[in-house]
Amino acid sequence: MAEAAIELVGINKSFGTVHANRDINLVIERGSILGIVGENGAGKSTLMSILYGFYQADSGEIKVGGRPASIRTPNDAIALGIGMVHQHFMLVQNFTVIENIILGAENEALLKRSIANARSELERLEREYGLEVDPDAIIEELPVGLQQRVEILKALYRGADILILDEPTGVLTPAEADHLFRILGQLKEQGKTIVLITHKLREIMAITETVAVMRQGTIVATRKTSDTTVEELAELMVGRRVLLRVEKGAAKPAGVKLSVSNLTVRDSRGVTMVKDVSFDVRAGEIVGIAGVAGNGQSELLEAISGIRRAASGTVLLDGKPIDVTGHVDPGELRDRGLAHVPEDRHHVGLVLAFEESENSILGYHDKPQYLKGPFLDLDAIRADAREKIAKFDIRPPNDRLKTANFSGGNQQKIVLAREMEQDPGVLVVGQPTRGVDVGAIEFIHKQLIAMRDSGKAVLLVSVELDEIRSLSDRILVMFDGRIVGERTPDATEGELGLLMAGVEKQEAAE
Amino acid sequence: MELVDAIINVLNSTIRLSVPLLLACLAGLYSERAGVFDIGLEGKMLAGAFAGAAAAAVYGSAWIGLVMAVLVSVGLALVHGFASITHRGNQIVSGVAINFIAAGSTIILGQAWFNQGGRTPSLPAEGRFGAITLPFAEQLRDVPVVGHIYSGLLSGHSLLAYVAFLAVPFTWWVLFRTRFGLRLRAVGENPAAVDTAGISVTWLRYRAVICTGILTGLAGSYMALSQNAGFVKDMTAGRGYIALAALIFAKWKPVPAMFACLLFGFLDALSIRLQGTPLPIVGRVPVQFMQALPYVLTVILLAGFIGKAIPPRAGGVPYVKER
Repeated sequence: MAEAAIELVGINKSFGTVHANRDINLVIERGSILGIVGENGAGKSTLMSILYGFYQADSGEIKVGGRPASIRTPNDAIALGIGMVHQHFMLVQNFTVIENIILGAENEALLKRSIANARSELERLEREYGLEVDPDAIIEELPVGLQQRVEILKALYRGADILILDEPTGVLTPAEADHLFRILGQLKEQGKTIVLITHKLREIMAITETVAVMRQGTIVATRKTSDTTVEELAELMVGRRVLLRVEKGAAKPAGVKLSVSNLTVRDSRGVTMVKDVSFDVRAGEIVGIAGVAGNGQSELLEAISGIRRAASGTVLLDGKPIDVTGHVDPGELRDRGLAHVPEDRHHVGLVLAFEESENSILGYHDKPQYLKGPFLDLDAIRADAREKIAKFDIRPPNDRLKTANFSGGNQQKIVLAREMEQDPGVLVVGQPTRGVDVGAIEFIHKQLIAMRDSGKAVLLVSVELDEIRSLSDRILVMFDGRIVGERTPDATEGELGLLMAGVEKQEAAE
Repeated sequence: MELVDAIINVLNSTIRLSVPLLLACLAGLYSERAGVFDIGLEGKMLAGAFAGAAAAAVYGSAWIGLVMAVLVSVGLALVHGFASITHRGNQIVSGVAINFIAAGSTIILGQAWFNQGGRTPSLPAEGRFGAITLPFAEQLRDVPVVGHIYSGLLSGHSLLAYVAFLAVPFTWWVLFRTRFGLRLRAVGENPAAVDTAGISVTWLRYRAVICTGILTGLAGSYMALSQNAGFVKDMTAGRGYIALAALIFAKWKPVPAMFACLLFGFLDALSIRLQGTPLPIVGRVPVQFMQALPYVLTVILLAGFIGKAIPPRAGGVPYVKER
């Protein structure tokens, strides 16, 4: 067995009554890639924050390179060669790359020499690891993938041997994620030790050698990646068997509920994002729209749900037009039976500062069942919220809790419960499981299938190809604002992938 | 020649009137660049002016006055820091509280100590920072243009005025060429980045508010020990707020801050100069209108002419380590 870079022995950490880490024992081998998986709130980030000196453990010992180490501040961790790439980048947005890299690692009171040093050091890192980035670029003008690279460079510039990455692919496109994995592979070749925290099992399988599974603050299993399967890991994470592939019967499509024809939508900069798109969604079927993020799916959803004005085209709901090129009142759409689960639940779907019960009726708050004269009927609203909490297994089951205090998966369930329980004829859903735990994903998928089976029309937009394939009855692929193909769910991932990359379109043009 | 003299005259008082604005504006710049909004510049200036005048009156030394002004002002800055950095209180509330404390306590203490209706005794020459005559200013007085500018405009100000204008390039250098400045700017934009880089956010912000205290102390000293010969109640008369407006106008940058303060000083000087003077076309304008002019123009400038002023991103938000 290889030498241990870091050894964690009996780590415990509590926040108030929450036991975030319980008796953690973990060995991280030098020169390897270790994955730590677990649902949100399983204690992964807390554990790594302890290792990086952001928090102190209540008890337990950390050994770095075999010697006991006291890590009280990030400075201690940096001195021991531990670097961290945070989930939310710790970059100063209006600084240049080089200013961000030297921040906190300037070796003297004046900047001139530090900057010169950093410049030559950056060139060396660029040569060694192929980590190219313009040192004078302003961070906020760089794409997310490059910003992340700056974070990695920051850690390497400080001499990190052990690199911790917290949910590094959450903000990346699939291509950027692949690029990141190649970089991590190179770093490993050079003898660096890498710890990858994620809840995406596919990543774990792709690049790690060892994987530790956390659940409710403890490490429940450690496996060699080659000896395990996605199914086993999912089960270990959730603590019960999880169906990654949804079970569903054949669809029984009936009449057309939603009909989109020749829809063209421009974004706020005036760029045409949706180009002449037409399709129908029937009652009793799920139509999935696949595509790499940014190919017009978001704008399509927004136009249909009345949030964004379309440039041209028509949309019929139950055969009657929606004035998509004029003024649409989303409230009126709700009355007509079109429910919308927005892609971005934090900005559009929920008011995070509201109580759960308030969010669970938002948008439907003027329905008579929630009103007593001109006032809200709070008792009725709360009773209704409690019903939804029970039905959708929203945890913690507290309708008075501030929405911000729910986990991502449970917030999403609040939105879904609100929209589904109004019994809409058409459900338009964007990214239903983004940032949601494996267990909750399974539940949400089942609910969507149940909607379909009860004869509703469901339009699903997701960048997760697996999700599209397992839920949809028909798959439309969007590329560069157009629908470039329609496939059945039996289509292979490779075939859909090519369509999503716009390959067939080019061939057709030739 | 009369016109030249008149222009030199207005410009000269522009400089004099700009100095307290400039010192206060740079004071605010240090604090706000570090992410601590400071609406209490006014109060710190006022308290500094009072402490400076009182000490200078008692000890008969301008320098002792200056030291006291700075100490009191830094003390109040630390109170603001304690409330808003250590205890993560609301920065606006804390700043307003400091303004009230300063406005009230200077009058009460002044009355109790000196019995002159809240004033401090008139200061003798050695209790003030007098005009400094630059070398050769007398000899060059009669040289056209150059001499006028050198002798009439640049020479003859108090030491603190020269300090104020030298503080502009110095502040620029500190912000953009030193480690302290880099960290100061970073902590005002993204304190979490500073924290994870292993730097103490708290200590860094405290150092920033101390800088603010020193500069507001100088601003108060200038008003009580140079511009006037002693403290008069409410003598800052809203300059702390105008300095804040100038800071926004200047988008939190030192050199534009200087020009913004000179502009506001110029408007002030012009309004004084034109009082009672009949203007072409409109004729005699009421004094009150001229006095309101700088404020009216401030509103217009801030509302329309500066484009988008983006404050430091973490400004006004106490730093809480996220779980």
